[in-house]
Amino acid sequence: MTSKFKIKGLDCANCASQLEREIKKIDGVENASISFMTERMELEYDGDNKEKILKEAKKRIKREEPDVTIEEV
Amino acid sequence: MKKKGIKILIALILFILAMAIKFENVWINNSIFIISYIIVGFEILKKAVRNIFRGKVFDENFLMSIATIGAFAIGEYPEAVCVMLFYQVGELFQSYAVDKSRKSISSLMDIRPDYANAYRNGNIEKINPAHVKVGEIIVIKPGEKVPLDGHIIEGNTSLDTKALTGESLPREAKVGEEVLSGCINLSGTIKVEVSKEFGESTVSKILDLVENASSKKAKSENFITKFAEYYTPVVVTIALALAIIPPFVMQNQEFADWLYRALSFLVVSCPCALVISIPLSFFGGIGGASKMGILIKGGNYLEALSKTEIAVFDKTGTLTEGTFEVKKVEAIGNAENTKVSKEELLKIAAYAEYYSNHPISKSVKKAYSKEIDEKQIASSQELSGLGIEAEIEGENVLVGNEKLMKEKNIQYEKTNEIGTVLYIAIDGKYVGYILIADTIKKDAKYTIDTLKKSNIKQTVMLTGDRKEVGEAVAKEIGIDKVYTELLPDGKVEKVEELLKEKSSTGKLAFVGDGINDAPVLAISDIGIAMGGLGSDSAIEAADVVIMTDEPSKIIDAIKLSKRTMRIVKENIIFAIAVKVAVLVLAAFGISTMWQAVFADVGVSILAILNALRILHVKKR
Repeated sequence: MTSKFKIKGLDCANCASQLEREIKKIDGVENASISFMTERMELEYDGDNKEKILKEAKKRIKREEPDVTIEEV
Repeated sequence: MKKKGIKILIALILFILAMAIKFENVWINNSIFIISYIIVGFEILKKAVRNIFRGKVFDENFLMSIATIGAFAIGEYPEAVCVMLFYQVGELFQSYAVDKSRKSISSLMDIRPDYANAYRNGNIEKINPAHVKVGEIIVIKPGEKVPLDGHIIEGNTSLDTKALTGESLPREAKVGEEVLSGCINLSGTIKVEVSKEFGESTVSKILDLVENASSKKAKSENFITKFAEYYTPVVVTIALALAIIPPFVMQNQEFADWLYRALSFLVVSCPCALVISIPLSFFGGIGGASKMGILIKGGNYLEALSKTEIAVFDKTGTLTEGTFEVKKVEAIGNAENTKVSKEELLKIAAYAEYYSNHPISKSVKKAYSKEIDEKQIASSQELSGLGIEAEIEGENVLVGNEKLMKEKNIQYEKTNEIGTVLYIAIDGKYVGYILIADTIKKDAKYTIDTLKKSNIKQTVMLTGDRKEVGEAVAKEIGIDKVYTELLPDGKVEKVEELLKEKSSTGKLAFVGDGINDAPVLAISDIGIAMGGLGSDSAIEAADVVIMTDEPSKIIDAIKLSKRTMRIVKENIIFAIAVKVAVLVLAAFGISTMWQAVFADVGVSILAILNALRILHVKKR
């Protein structure tokens, strides 16, 4: 399953790629792609565990970049 | 951003003050430096502290803090303030540039309609397009954007399709015709019956496609992220080694001197210049392409386009218009039969074909273009695979191919014209033929010529059409190779063969009209669909969608991809070269921390400016 998110508050391109790496490590996430330019994240993941995965993703985002917020589109 | 600017200004004034006055008391001078430093760098320090607790030692805030605090520690007060100042100015400029380019790209794609005038209960209500349902009637006034796809039920107008196709000539639209969301209504007020919901409409699909393009990253983009992942730890490790090893291993070495060199390393260790300028370049390339009516679904495809070696074209609808047209009417006189005029020949054929919906019949009727009096057609019968036999004004009329003439034992003269030939006989006598053929697109030859000049090794045409027709078209536009009489899976086979012929880095691009060629689009390195405007299947199946019907847009797409890749390479080489040079100079104690800051922020800014060049697309 694929979901798209608007990702706000990223202040550098390197941070975006670091965040992308962290999110890729989550169990059940097949692929993650964060674009610093369009401020979007595309997440391919196991749809059965959507809630659990999104919760973990938000947790990691909070830890890596406290100022960043995401919102599903 | 404004607040940051003011902070930088105050800090700068204090800094200049301290430098210029040079207070007798060193402590006063140094305090001014420290105050200036805190004003400009507090935010960085705060983030650095926060990041240490999260175990992020390779964070740029942390590295800048260490470098500047280190400079204070070895007594380089002005240097510390200056590095922080310069760094913040650079950051400010960088976020300005990113912001600016985001805006200029989104303005390129400024086709999202804000409202729709829905016609409800006799009143016009201004509502959100997303709330309009299929079948509702909307009113579009001159100057407004078409908010949803639909058909005109009242009025006629001309539409500006520039935002969708890059085409500057307006398109005329009248009752019954389709209008697509994203166009701008220019001249008349029209009433439109909505045929698609907002989410399904052309404008939403295009916006979605462009916005998602950035998630398919190019190889060079991934290379840079990978590079950045190793670059920072390596540079920081060397910095640490520089600070510790030489002073202890070698004799008569000043610890402060080596520490200074190590601190310079830390300043250069941030990979941001590279990491930002590469996606920005691709983003600009994709944005610039959409301005020309070319939608590229990802940086990876933009990169592949620049390496196109073999260009394969479908014939019908791609290089040719895909519509049949009467090219020639030839009336043949003979002794027993007074010569039938060309007009009469066309008239007879049009009458005979009147009840048929075959594309060929349509083209004959279109060429005749006059009113047809049904009463004169006594009977008309379609003979499958042969043609038509009809009774018109008491005469027996035969219109069809050679087989029909042979079947009916008509003495006819065979012609060698290329195309579909309709032989016509009246009361058993051959009277002439009509030649029907597909028209080659105006820019087809130009496209192939230009492609050949620009390092494309092979141009190939695939068609399901007859050998003579296919070869004649290929010859006229000068394509290298042609394969004719192919069934859909035959096209797949040929493309598979061609894929083996290209070099290991080269790419094969297939250009089709998106109808019936989805499998070929899928197996090609780059699947390009033409005439995407209004065709959902083309937009979905292809990697690159050309909104208009012009094959020459492929040249624009390839040119733009090459330009983008050149800028990407320039940025990678430039940024790495400057950083390595400054690192080497710093290691030998030749460069200062100032130069190191330049290598960091200065390079980012230059790389960003370079990337922004892509946005300035020149019109052909």
